[in-house]
Amino acid sequence: MRMRIVGTSAQRKEGIFKLRGQALYVDDYKLKNCLYGATLRSAIAFGRIKKIEFDPDYSWQNFIVVTAKDIPGKNCVTLIEQDQPLLAEERVLHPMEPIVLVAHSLRSKAYEALNHIKVEYEAHDPVLTIEDSLAKKQILRRPDNVFKRYEINKGNIKEGFTKADFIVEGEYRAPHQEQAYIENNGVSAWVENDGTIVARGSLQCPYYVHKALKIIFNLPDDKIRVIQAATGGGFGGKEEYPSMLAGHAALLALKSGRPVKMIYDRHEDMLATTKRHPAIIRHKTGLAKDGKLTAQDIEIIMDAGAYITLSPVVLSRGTLHATGPYECPNVRVRSRAVATNSPPNGAFRGFGAPQTLFAAELHMEKLAQKAGIDSLELRRRNIFKTGSKTATGQVLKESVGISRAMKECAGISRYARIKKECDRWNKNTNNPTWRGIGMALAFHGGGFTGSGEVMLASRAAVALTKGGKIEVLAASTEIGQGATTIFAQIAAQALGVPYEWVEVAVPDTGRVPNSGPTVASRTTMIIGGLVRRAALQLKDEFIGKAKAVPKTRAALIKAAKLLCKGKSEVRFEVQFEKPGEIVWDEAAYKGDAYGVFSYGAVVVELEVDKLTYEVRLRNFFSAQDIGKAVNPLLAQGQIMGGSAQALGWALFENAVYKDGVMQNANFTDYLIPTALDTPAMKIKIIEEPYSHGPFGAKGLGEMPADIPVPAVAAAVYHATGLWFGELPILPEKICHEMLNRYSHNSLSPCGRGQGEG
Amino acid sequence: MVVKFVVNSKKRAYKGPPFKRLIDVLRDDFGLTGTKEGCGEGECGACTVLIDGQPVNSCLVPVGQVENCKVETVESLGSSAELHILQKAFLEEGSAQCGFCTPGMLMTSLAWIRNGGSDKSQEIREYLAGNLCRCTGYQHIINAVIGAVREYKKAKARRKGLFLPSPRVSGERAG
Amino acid sequence: MKFLKAHTPDEAVRLFGQHPEAIPLAGATDAMVAWNVGRLNGKIILDLSAIDEWKTIQILRNSLKIGSLVTHAEIQRHPVIRKKFSLLAQASSQIGSTQVQNRGTIGGNIANASPAGDTFPPLAVYNALIHTVSFRGPRVLAFLDVFAWVKKTRLHPSELIEAVEIPYPSPVPKRWMFRKVGTRSAMIISKTVAAGLLWMNKDATVNKLRFALGSVAPTVKRLKTAEAFVAGKRLTPDVVEHACRIMADDISPIDDIRSTAEYRLQVSQNLLRSFLKF
Repeated sequence: MRMRIVGTSAQRKEGIFKLRGQALYVDDYKLKNCLYGATLRSAIAFGRIKKIEFDPDYSWQNFIVVTAKDIPGKNCVTLIEQDQPLLAEERVLHPMEPIVLVAHSLRSKAYEALNHIKVEYEAHDPVLTIEDSLAKKQILRRPDNVFKRYEINKGNIKEGFTKADFIVEGEYRAPHQEQAYIENNGVSAWVENDGTIVARGSLQCPYYVHKALKIIFNLPDDKIRVIQAATGGGFGGKEEYPSMLAGHAALLALKSGRPVKMIYDRHEDMLATTKRHPAIIRHKTGLAKDGKLTAQDIEIIMDAGAYITLSPVVLSRGTLHATGPYECPNVRVRSRAVATNSPPNGAFRGFGAPQTLFAAELHMEKLAQKAGIDSLELRRRNIFKTGSKTATGQVLKESVGISRAMKECAGISRYARIKKECDRWNKNTNNPTWRGIGMALAFHGGGFTGSGEVMLASRAAVALTKGGKIEVLAASTEIGQGATTIFAQIAAQALGVPYEWVEVAVPDTGRVPNSGPTVASRTTMIIGGLVRRAALQLKDEFIGKAKAVPKTRAALIKAAKLLCKGKSEVRFEVQFEKPGEIVWDEAAYKGDAYGVFSYGAVVVELEVDKLTYEVRLRNFFSAQDIGKAVNPLLAQGQIMGGSAQALGWALFENAVYKDGVMQNANFTDYLIPTALDTPAMKIKIIEEPYSHGPFGAKGLGEMPADIPVPAVAAAVYHATGLWFGELPILPEKICHEMLNRYSHNSLSPCGRGQGEG
Repeated sequence: MVVKFVVNSKKRAYKGPPFKRLIDVLRDDFGLTGTKEGCGEGECGACTVLIDGQPVNSCLVPVGQVENCKVETVESLGSSAELHILQKAFLEEGSAQCGFCTPGMLMTSLAWIRNGGSDKSQEIREYLAGNLCRCTGYQHIINAVIGAVREYKKAKARRKGLFLPSPRVSGERAG
Repeated sequence: MKFLKAHTPDEAVRLFGQHPEAIPLAGATDAMVAWNVGRLNGKIILDLSAIDEWKTIQILRNSLKIGSLVTHAEIQRHPVIRKKFSLLAQASSQIGSTQVQNRGTIGGNIANASPAGDTFPPLAVYNALIHTVSFRGPRVLAFLDVFAWVKKTRLHPSELIEAVEIPYPSPVPKRWMFRKVGTRSAMIISKTVAAGLLWMNKDATVNKLRFALGSVAPTVKRLKTAEAFVAGKRLTPDVVEHACRIMADDISPIDDIRSTAEYRLQVSQNLLRSFLKF
């Protein structure tokens, strides 16, 4: 039976449950005798807790109250380090830091009780900006507030600048971005009769939570069980925080002996949980007259917030992508992640790369403008080709689809023609808008950086039950991206059985092997590869023991009996094996940073209203080389969704902070794009296969977030002649710059060219 | 206070405080957990249900105001054997990703097609602007609604049902 | 919390007379947000939503009378409003979202007295009248007289809005405009919102200008100074520029979480300029 299911838009496995309102998210489960948990959080950014007082006039009878003293194991949320307490004990390092937990059978009562707890602080002057942190206003992290630093060196930067005919400098600032999954963070927890602590929640990485809970409760592996509920979006925002939240819910469950739900509302979720790291990126670039880069000197500083969480890894990815997809003989990239008294920043789709690629790509536009070269031509002369050497010295041996992506994107968008049309339109001052078009490119490494995948040593399995069920077992979660569908497609194809025969198990650490976190564009490329290998082992068993892969359900059931030999199931479990030729030197930051890169291009067409300075997106085009689209419809959905998030960040997603506290922590004022703000999108998928990816597939999930932002900034420049190196490009900023520009001649910044209102 | 109203063609009587939010009554009292809460302030549309045929945010409706009304939730749409044309279109176009905005998105779309809404993308985008989605970039949703509008008009012309046999699905995974 | 429900206007008047501290409830789109964060705890609520008498649109000889419980969705669909009061129809179609338009009412919108009320600039330029009732009897107020400050009206205790009456503009204006400006295309609180009507004389001088702005002062504002300045003048570039400049006499935009004073003023001026020039 030869069938092609990989490469087709097979229907989403769990789609029908979602469409009928039957998919069960964490708050949809009814738990008997359940309590609701609420969190008392730090009201100050930095200081010492002097006293916690419980209102003696309030009736605390039916409440469960938990403080740091109730933690049986270590008071920490384990991620890279163990510096972040689960509940603050003596000092607080950021606003909204959890201090006391309260549970009650009525949710509203639990939250009401928080008003009856008084914390007395000794407040210190907080460090709230990158600048203050670097100036060591306070030392939050010894010795110099720097959590992590990296340096990449290639060639000789000094020599590079001596060879340059043009030297261009620029500073770029990327702000926070809220993941804004539609389902807020939520976890429920309970304790089984045998003492096993179970947590079920909206989460991306069951085994991260598992590891954190083991340490909090000082329990062995098998006494902690973490189950993923249907998850209403993650985008990185459910990578770290669920470990904290599960710890809280489980503490309350342990103390009360009852199941506990902790479901954040939008306000609390935005105030307390992680966001994209704000960053300052400085570029100094040398360019020769022939349009070849001679030197790239780049400095990156990211605001990590109060605790280290995953910041070193975010910084690493940002650093490794900071040059843009260009080959330059002399490169220096220096980066730091610094501590501030704000809630920890964390994972968000792109993981550091959107910040540094925004800078790299907008800087490329600036460079082109200064050198008088068309920006597409400048890119063409410098982009990666097969055989190119990246900043870390990685030789790109295969699957380098960037030229194709650029060409295809310019083609489908009719870039050159539209550019001329915009210029013509802008010449007519009676037109009500200024129009512009912009392009940007990106590359994005698939999987964990450097030796990360080797260290993770992920495992996944395919099981055959004696009843004839073929099931993929992995801890990789379905968070909307289509993991279950992709796994089923890959397993079905490898086995040569119908897609409908393959099921994918709910990620439950009590049952599935640790396939690592659902992050880093690794699910299809890395775990999909494991699923394929496991499925091939089952196929061999079918052929070896049952003569052939079954063609009918009846034959499958017969073969299952034969293979299971009386056991309930037979499992084929495989572990990640490093492709032999990959070499990475962590100390020197040299070598093969990633097994392979994905590549993409975006063209944005927009117009700026002359009366209101509003930016309207007219058209959006993207071509992305992802090796192989296992499911083209899902791949398009990923690309369009990631792009829409990036467009929001470019134009209006604006987290306003005061004293370390987000001031617009709600959907009324933190604005994400609606259907009306999102342009029609045309997507072209390019398939330059990767020899170590399943069916040639590379990473896909994150790159869409990398590219649109600089394309928007370039298009705004084309439309208005104004550079915006700081996001978001709000109408207020455009208005302000226009007023500056025209202040010397007239009150009207738009001259004569306005249209009817 | 007792509030009598109809939910998904079934007569219901709610007993309790009149200011309880309709979403909580649906989810907690009636077990209809298909309706989701995303923001609790009428900004995301995940909790959209129809009251007398019109989409509203059920987080902004006190149950005391729905006396004698007809409420429809996502659970009223299709069965696993027979999907509603909207559900089928959403499935085929890849309109549901994480699925959390989906119930609300379906209900607003349902009102659009029933009210005789057009198949023009811009008009659909305007009507659906109160339903936020963070996964899809909306295009696959708009495509599905366009398709459903056309199917609906055809079905009405033929006076046929709006329910179509659903594709075969396997698995018990409810998540 | 106490929940009172009125089924007739008389019942509403009586209940509100007995409980002047009660909070009237119409479409609940604002009240529920307050309720969700606990701001209505312990309050008395007077639900008006079952009063059918206030849900009608009456077409009178010289005016249109819109019941206070008519929703934004009904207003934007109404053929006479679309034709004769298109600015109001447009404003109603840009409030919140489809879902909010289906619940939110014109009376609730006015009583809420947000500085950013999107229907207010149109109602201000149409010279709307507000009909109220209370145990003291009925009363009619000029629309702009309703507002005292941010979220504060001049309605008396126990006074309810019964209807909004808008006279047909006569003669038909030469030009009209409505523009809502927010950071996003939909579901957004205005940063400035403008409505204008312009009548011209035969000699190409201005007969009458009415221009109103929201979100740029504690309450909706008519640009009285600019309106008076342009009356009787030809709209030369100098006159238009001057009218824009003196706009600042009537409004007081501020910096806040949603925008800047600079932007609000500049865009408001741009909107007036584009409305006045040919």
